[in-house]
Amino acid sequence: MDLLIFKAPILMVQASMDGILIGILFALIAYGMALQWGVMNIINIAQGELVIMGGYVAYFMYVIGIHPAFGVIVAPIIMYFVGVGLYKLVINKVVDRDLFISILATFGISILTQQLMNFIFGSDVVVAQSNFGTTMLFDNSVTLPNSKIFSALVSVIVAIVLVIYMKKSKLGRAIRATAQNARAAKILGVDTEKVYAATFGINAALCGVAGACIAITFTLHPYVGLPYTVRSFMIVILAGLGNLPGVALSGMALGVFEEFADYLLGTEFRIGAVFLLLVLILVYRRFKLSRKREYLK
Amino acid sequence: MKNILLYSALLIFGLVAPFLFPAFKMQISFLWILIILAMTWDVQGGQMGYNTFGNILFFGIGMYLCAGIQIGMFFPLAEWTISGGEKTFVHTPTQYFQGFFVGLIFAGIVPALVAGLIGYGILGLRGHYFAICTLALGIAAGEIAGGIELIGAGQGMTSPPWPKNIGDTELRSEFFYYICLVLMIATFVFLQWAYKTRFGLVLNAIRDNEDKAEAMGIYTMRYKIIGWVVSAFFVGMAGGLMGNMVGYIEPTEIAFAGPTFGVFMVLMAILGGKGTLWGPVIGATVFHIFKEGFWTFFLGWQYVALGILIVVIVVFFPEGIMGWFREKYPEKFGEVIDEADRKAQVELK
Repeated sequence: MDLLIFKAPILMVQASMDGILIGILFALIAYGMALQWGVMNIINIAQGELVIMGGYVAYFMYVIGIHPAFGVIVAPIIMYFVGVGLYKLVINKVVDRDLFISILATFGISILTQQLMNFIFGSDVVVAQSNFGTTMLFDNSVTLPNSKIFSALVSVIVAIVLVIYMKKSKLGRAIRATAQNARAAKILGVDTEKVYAATFGINAALCGVAGACIAITFTLHPYVGLPYTVRSFMIVILAGLGNLPGVALSGMALGVFEEFADYLLGTEFRIGAVFLLLVLILVYRRFKLSRKREYLK
Repeated sequence: MKNILLYSALLIFGLVAPFLFPAFKMQISFLWILIILAMTWDVQGGQMGYNTFGNILFFGIGMYLCAGIQIGMFFPLAEWTISGGEKTFVHTPTQYFQGFFVGLIFAGIVPALVAGLIGYGILGLRGHYFAICTLALGIAAGEIAGGIELIGAGQGMTSPPWPKNIGDTELRSEFFYYICLVLMIATFVFLQWAYKTRFGLVLNAIRDNEDKAEAMGIYTMRYKIIGWVVSAFFVGMAGGLMGNMVGYIEPTEIAFAGPTFGVFMVLMAILGGKGTLWGPVIGATVFHIFKEGFWTFFLGWQYVALGILIVVIVVFFPEGIMGWFREKYPEKFGEVIDEADRKAQVELK
């Protein structure tokens, strides 16, 4: 094998660091996915589009001259209202129904938002320059853009704040109660409709933070949302619902896997490798469970 | 008697349509392809209750395979894709038709084999896991096809052009029209027959309650795989035809086109009413007329309209046209248990 990564093993360190830093972002998106899946029992295919939308908020700030790093504060606020609006328009009608209905309905939303973003921001690949500089490690052989470190830090802080909020606040308790048993929560006086709207809003806000981070570290394009959805779906089925350490770990593992796939197979197969990995994980789990005469539920 | 009249009227319409509406020949051919897609999706989504987004995989495989064989039988494939095809190499009419029919047959068989091979792993998943898994499969196939140089990578490749010395483009569209019509009728007749047999009953049993079906002693996995193989066979052939009709194959926009054909087939079956024989046919027709009739008004906004259409149909009209008829006029469109059905049920015992 005369691949670059075997000739220069330091690239493995580079790939792992990159993978871990991007994996934290994936974990943040996946946390939102797990939240809405656990509470509302819907699978949101438009998750990736929410991320990209949050990214475009940061990009828009960059265009009008504000530093895009402030996007991590502005994007979640805007995205929260987008999420609540989306819930009021469409999602509230698919909450109690078959999961396939929610998959297909959010697929429609995803196509719609892709096209709208295409109209508003154009179909070019854009990036919001943060000018944070880079950190050099190991005799300048490993380069880490500071924007990546910044976004990983932001993600960790947001995740910690959210976990504390879910544990301590009244809304957090209501959300957890609804996730356990929506009917019982309703009987005990929880306004589940409001809880659902808030959950979807929080999910969208998380996507907004992640999107703003992606805008300053990577590139944005109206049609790259679906891979983010698939990544978060993959992380959730790896970790299980409501398992935050698991989500963080599998997010980082996925990031590292992707970076290595990038080096080993070539950039053109990166997304293909992610999608194939999801298929392989699902099939592996299906065979493991079928020994016990069970199936993925 | 009433049915025979209806069928023969439709058949005659199908046969004479290219002469009645010469301007819409290609459009009606596309309609037949869409009907095939919707009907084969309904084998999984409607009859079996396995909502797949992955049938587009077989469509793309069939498309690439048919074009690849048509070219590869006579010319080096790699040079064809590099040189942009028809400029360097020209098929003689004999070569063209030989290549076309051999390619079309393989475009049916190979996807069916692929479905059989991956079916055992993937059809063990249920519900939304199956849906997401097949969605990922279709997109992965598109991404991977976009990285393979031999078939033109992201640029795509041209399928062999119609040989110029045997006739003009009118003859070409008539030729493809009748091939599409024959394939559509074959699909319809085959599925109509299959739904009446034990196979159809087992599919419905899987949809209603797979665990109970298994407890009754039915080896459900075998039937699920057979169902997928049947779908893959017809979808693959439709893909091979589509590649020739469009004349240009591109990995993510035409061959493994998840956001267009992949969603269209689901939408058409749901619009018409899933789980019925006629539903996908009606759904495809309505959808195609809507799409072609109104697409021009939404110029540039097609995908916005498509997204809204998906949401509206799925959220507000999930039972479809046939389902609505069934509810409204149960005496005419409701489930009728006829002799053949009853016999099949007795056999099941």
